[in-house]
Amino acid sequence: MLRKRGGALAAIAMAGVLALSACGGGGEDSGAGSGGDGALKIGLAYDIGGRGDQSFNDSAARGLDKAKQEFGIEATELEASQGETDAQKEDRLRQLAEGGYNPIIAVGFAYAGPLGKVAKDYPDVKFAIIDDYTPGTDDGPNIANLTFAEEQGSFLVGVAAALKSKTGNVGFVGGVNTPLIQKFQAGYEAGVKAVKPDATVQVKYLTQPPDFSGFNDPAKGETAANGMLDAGADVVYAAAGGSGSGVFRAAKDKGAMGIGVDSDQYNLPSLADVKDVIITSMVKSVDVAVYDFIKSVNDNAFKAGNKIYDLEVGGVKYATSGGKIDDIQPRLEEYKQKIISGEIKVPSTT
Amino acid sequence: MGRISWRSVGLGLAAPVGALVFALLVCGIILSITGHPPFDVAEDMIGSLERPRTVANSLNSATTYYLSAVAVAIGFKMRLFNIGVDGQYRLAAMLAAALAGASFMESLPSVVRILMTILAAMLVGAVWSGIAGFLKITRGVSEVISTIMLNAIATALVAFLLNPDRLAVTVAGSNNIGTAPITEGGQVPGIPYSESSSDVFGLIVLAAVVGVAYWFMLNRTRFGFDLKATGQSESAAVASGVNVKKMVLASMLLSGAVAGLVGMPQLLGASHSYSLDFPAGLGFTGIAIALLGRNHPIGMAFAAFLWGALDQTSNVLDLSGVPKEIVVIMQGVIVLSVVIAYELVRRYKLRLEQRDVGRALGTTKTPEEAQA
Repeated sequence: MLRKRGGALAAIAMAGVLALSACGGGGEDSGAGSGGDGALKIGLAYDIGGRGDQSFNDSAARGLDKAKQEFGIEATELEASQGETDAQKEDRLRQLAEGGYNPIIAVGFAYAGPLGKVAKDYPDVKFAIIDDYTPGTDDGPNIANLTFAEEQGSFLVGVAAALKSKTGNVGFVGGVNTPLIQKFQAGYEAGVKAVKPDATVQVKYLTQPPDFSGFNDPAKGETAANGMLDAGADVVYAAAGGSGSGVFRAAKDKGAMGIGVDSDQYNLPSLADVKDVIITSMVKSVDVAVYDFIKSVNDNAFKAGNKIYDLEVGGVKYATSGGKIDDIQPRLEEYKQKIISGEIKVPSTT
Repeated sequence: MGRISWRSVGLGLAAPVGALVFALLVCGIILSITGHPPFDVAEDMIGSLERPRTVANSLNSATTYYLSAVAVAIGFKMRLFNIGVDGQYRLAAMLAAALAGASFMESLPSVVRILMTILAAMLVGAVWSGIAGFLKITRGVSEVISTIMLNAIATALVAFLLNPDRLAVTVAGSNNIGTAPITEGGQVPGIPYSESSSDVFGLIVLAAVVGVAYWFMLNRTRFGFDLKATGQSESAAVASGVNVKKMVLASMLLSGAVAGLVGMPQLLGASHSYSLDFPAGLGFTGIAIALLGRNHPIGMAFAAFLWGALDQTSNVLDLSGVPKEIVVIMQGVIVLSVVIAYELVRRYKLRLEQRDVGRALGTTKTPEEAQA
């Protein structure tokens, strides 16, 4: 009896294998062929979320796409998994280096340690890391660190919030409570206080690390924003990636105003139905940084070290799409010049 | 007698192997539908295992997964579902990292430092799971609910403590934040592995020791016997004089203590600091591995290595244009099918045993005959 069942099982397994091999034979051939015509072969490693996260990673992808079109280069994009270790990140970068990819771009501070190690072993490969410059960890003759002065841009949208607010009460919704997002908060608060020293700034972070869902949870964003609006705020700054759409939804329902982040969110197709509440956005030009880096390698003009994308070089800026802040633009420009000249020092920690 | 034990071994293996084959089949079909030849994908993944680095990383992942699985399995043996391993190990790793990185530890000999770190982690893990155990025996709170809530509290607590004003230090220019780095004396050196750029965790030994201790406790101690007895039938255990409340608390404490170890290989062998990029979610992986390995010390070791290898070889897939999420699908299918397969095998085994008993007693009566 037992043997008979075993036989049946074996038969099923055999059938399965046959079916599989049949499918395998029928499938089309895929795989990344190598360019081989001297053009750049770019390897890009995203942080969790990857292309399509409506935020930070997508911005890097835009820069890559632009470079791809312009220079006719080949690119392979890899993505981090939830809860992975540094060893996996290191392995990802090593595989790119072994595969002949040059330059290699790592998106996000989590790559700092792994990138530093791999770059040492591949001195001929050019590396770039976005959002991190830690001397001793990820600096070297073949590493370009592309960092941003998020606090400066956030200062200006803070000024805009204070000037536009009628209640003297504004909100800040942060995606995940990390030092990076705290930089946005610090700049924003300083900007608000610069205009209205007695204004109230309500602060709420959607999640705490290691729960990074706060960057992609519109429902949480909406709840947090609703709470702030109920408590008297009439402008809310959403430094929360994909969760921002929930913040704008709440602002629209309550006739309040919202401020976007990372890209000019007024023009994002996915936010078209709530765009009339977006008075401005703190644009962080990750796409420009990625494009510039690829261009520099393409032109043989690679420069190692920390490149700070701040207000002065247009790495961060406030968006004017929609014309909602046209009336206060002279004031904003005034503050912008003061920051560039160093007259105003924007804090980067709260 | 020999025949019966062969049968039980065969039946024991049938479920995990069957589930694995089924999962391979499902993934093969998904890959085929999406236009990726499954055999090429398998070849890529197996090929990447030829790299010493991938093997070393797989072993390292397996080490942490195994510890996590043992922590879960201790609870499972008692019919306790400790979902809180995740929060327990994160809180334990964070506090142990803060202790190990503290400056007063510098003067201590290396062995003492490492032992203190590990003991601190076990203690924190045990305290955190002990809260759930205490609530269960005093107020009857389900450990499933309380451990899930404790996970959330642990997350908040770690976030609160991971602040420059408290246990964390900031590094200029870095957007990361973590505890003070553990200096060399507090680290556990790795074991070099062939040409690999990453060493095998020295604390892989710890995982092995925990595995042996787990086996010994279950099969060679009175405590282990009581544990299994309570898990199989609480009323029978009570009748034979087992103090169930004490057992619940003891097994929760033990489960938590092992959970505290989960982060240690990574902390002392590679990260040397608890920071934002410290791996999260290992506690949930442990549940899957305990299920797949059937709470058996050796079964879980295989399962842990399988999981680690799957995770580590997934990196190669993106490079060859296959979405690596296929690995997550595969892991999911394995867990689902393994649960079903165990139930099917259990029923089949029960039928076989009933038939054996019937045969030994001669004929069995049909219900009608019995009523007549």
